[in-house]
Amino acid sequence: MKRPPRKSFTWKSITESRLFLPLLALSLILLFDFIFIPGFFSIENREGNLYGSLIDILRNGSTVMLLAIGMTLVIATGGVDLSVGAVMAIAASTAGILMNPSALWNEVFFVTDPTFTFQPLWIVIGVALFVSLLCGLWNGMLVGYMRIQPMVATLILMISGRGIAQLITNGLRVQITYKPYMILGQGWIILPFSLYIVAVVFTFTWLMTRKTAIGMFIESVGINLRSSFYSGIDEKKIKLIVYTFCGVCAGIAGLVASSNIRTSDSNNIGLTTELDAILAVVIGGTSMAGGRFSLLASMVGALVLQAITQSMYAIGVPAFALQAIKAVVVVLVILLYSEQSRSFIRRFSAPKTEAKP
Amino acid sequence: MADPDQSLLVMEGIRKAFPGVQALDDVSLDLRSGEILCLVGENGAGKSTLMKVLTGVDQPDAGRILLNGKEIHAKSPQHAQTLGISTVYQEINLCPNLSVAENILLGREPHKLGRVDWARMNALADQTLQRFLGIDIDVARSLGSYSVAIQQMVAIARALYITSAKILILDEPTSSLDAKETEQLFKVMTKLKNEGVGIIFITHFISQVFEISDRITVLRNGRLVGTFGTASISRVDLISKMIGRALAEFDEMTRIKLESGQHIKSEAFLQARQLGLTGAVQPFDLDLHAGEVVGLAGLLGSGRTETAGILFGVEKPDTGTLRINGKEVHDYSPLNSIKRGLALCPEDRKAAGIVDDLTVRENIILAIQANKGWFKYLSLQEQYELADAYINLLSIATPSPDQPVKNLSGGNQQKVILARWLATNPRVLILDEPTRGIDVGTKAEIQKLVLSLAEEGRACMFISSELEEVLRTSHRVVVLREREKVAEFAGEVDEKTIIHVIAGGEA
Repeated sequence: MKRPPRKSFTWKSITESRLFLPLLALSLILLFDFIFIPGFFSIENREGNLYGSLIDILRNGSTVMLLAIGMTLVIATGGVDLSVGAVMAIAASTAGILMNPSALWNEVFFVTDPTFTFQPLWIVIGVALFVSLLCGLWNGMLVGYMRIQPMVATLILMISGRGIAQLITNGLRVQITYKPYMILGQGWIILPFSLYIVAVVFTFTWLMTRKTAIGMFIESVGINLRSSFYSGIDEKKIKLIVYTFCGVCAGIAGLVASSNIRTSDSNNIGLTTELDAILAVVIGGTSMAGGRFSLLASMVGALVLQAITQSMYAIGVPAFALQAIKAVVVVLVILLYSEQSRSFIRRFSAPKTEAKP
Repeated sequence: MADPDQSLLVMEGIRKAFPGVQALDDVSLDLRSGEILCLVGENGAGKSTLMKVLTGVDQPDAGRILLNGKEIHAKSPQHAQTLGISTVYQEINLCPNLSVAENILLGREPHKLGRVDWARMNALADQTLQRFLGIDIDVARSLGSYSVAIQQMVAIARALYITSAKILILDEPTSSLDAKETEQLFKVMTKLKNEGVGIIFITHFISQVFEISDRITVLRNGRLVGTFGTASISRVDLISKMIGRALAEFDEMTRIKLESGQHIKSEAFLQARQLGLTGAVQPFDLDLHAGEVVGLAGLLGSGRTETAGILFGVEKPDTGTLRINGKEVHDYSPLNSIKRGLALCPEDRKAAGIVDDLTVRENIILAIQANKGWFKYLSLQEQYELADAYINLLSIATPSPDQPVKNLSGGNQQKVILARWLATNPRVLILDEPTRGIDVGTKAEIQKLVLSLAEEGRACMFISSELEEVLRTSHRVVVLREREKVAEFAGEVDEKTIIHVIAGGEA
């Protein structure tokens, strides 16, 4: 029996790795921060919990990381899910109304009691996630069984989702004051609590895709739908599951986001985050055409985006200019990925690899 | 050879090599004005390469092309068009959402005051269609609203309008047309012919060759077999010239075949009764017994692939019944077929076979894993064991099982797909053109493998364009012609009889 060949730790094996470019992009941004922003790397220890700019990157990046996990799988099948931002809003509204249903009776009164909730926490989270699962299921039905183009199919929920979220809360913003719910986005156990959520979802997804055959089937469907069909892979079911899962990830992200801002603001929660999630996956090196994917690289991709934002804030770029500046940096990062710069890196690494035939 | 004074077009001594293949080897062709010349030959015979050389898509390595006695060098299809050589391809490359008139005059719209003169444009298009093709349709309607045959003719009209072409190349225009539409197209071709246009017509339908052509040029394996007057050649002769008869070593193969033939079970494992799908295959009866190799003979487009697809559940039949292992099949799908013990090596390796970015190992385990389901994931060790076993068994040339399959040569990719299906341990193995694009040595290996699989008690269906190969490996031969099962031969049968049937004679 042959063992999988051990990868020798050569310069080439490093540059060919999927993680190389995302990590390179991330380190370039951090290097910039190291040089130009004093104190960016300092980490404070307050009562056992860690704080600092780096921690902020992780904490603020957690919603996009959650979205990117689901989005990676969707993109690997050759699709895309534009509705994740709207699903975040739906999940947030559902959770909000279950904790503070006063909006339903048009009674605008402010609950200030941090121990008050209409339903227990597990029902709040459970129902919110179930609703986002239904949203994902809807997308999956349209793409998998109705054979509608993913961009068109998910556009429907992207547009209508915020309306649905508003319907759920009767058009009001629901204030969230219930203390235990706050932990999701604001809790801190040495590291921000949201990071543990990301870690759990990531680990679960990694195990599901790499320790079962699902990951291979997803890639196979993304690379060659017809061959996969001929080989007996139920490509419709794969797509259904992937979009459903993406919906659940968006739901979790919505809960974290709403807990963070203490309100279910259906107009603003998750606004344009679908694009950040797609971008994170692309920076992670998964092709938009589908195929091979790396969850870890997508996580790094999400951190790249967040690091850019954080650095811009730190050097004092005003919020309104942020998007423009971010765009420039993203273009630079994508250029780094181009075939030209890849071949440049390859040429750079060539002499060392030629020594070994 | 052809007299250049009389000929509209002469191609002489054309050679063209692609990496690893001599696609054209000293091929000559001549075309007179006002005639329809059929270019025939099996896949890979060099028909399309020859036409690509003529229309400037590819440049020849040697040889010359004379148009009206003057040597020409077409640099691109556009250049060829200006010289008067137009091509209409099998897939219509027009815009279905534009009007017929727009399609015909695209890029040459008449203008008035800087704007498109629609009235004149429609009139021009109408004229072109009526004058050249004698058809009268509403040119303002979108092209997509017309039948494929009309679209085909609009494509011809466009070709004629642009260049007032002297030479028209029709590359399998009839493959998606039904009988009536074909007739319509033939009327147009005859009309053009009478106006002095030289037409080169490529088709796989032998009956159409005899219906429409004046002369026939036959290519085989990149060489010219000859040019024959249609009236002076019989169907049987033509087909045997297309297929060619290489007398190879029958010895061992025949012996294995005879021996394995004795173990054929009498009870049919797979039983199709009046199974058919409109537009794909006429209803047919077919039995496959354990231990038997059944060959499927017929020309390309005769419904071989469709037959295989229906048996494997790629497409749902709309008539008839299929029984596998005694049980009637209702849920047609590849996965269910795999579960019933079927396997299909598809004809189109690139589009329906390999998953090119996945590794050799992953490609091999794909079908067996799909059958096992998502959660019974083979451990890495089992995966490597399977992959190594089949890499050895089929001597797949790959540096490692972790090589992406796209880096392998075509023959090795084919073996990987074969390995994928053998790994599922199928009771019925359907092989659609398993030896296409594979060198001779590997071909013989695969043929022997098929026979040994039958000897193990599996039923095999062997589909190939090479008749000789079908005969050598099969215990029984089923012949398809123009999407219909026309005959079935058991036991020894000679090639001539089958060619005769393929050509349309009685069995």
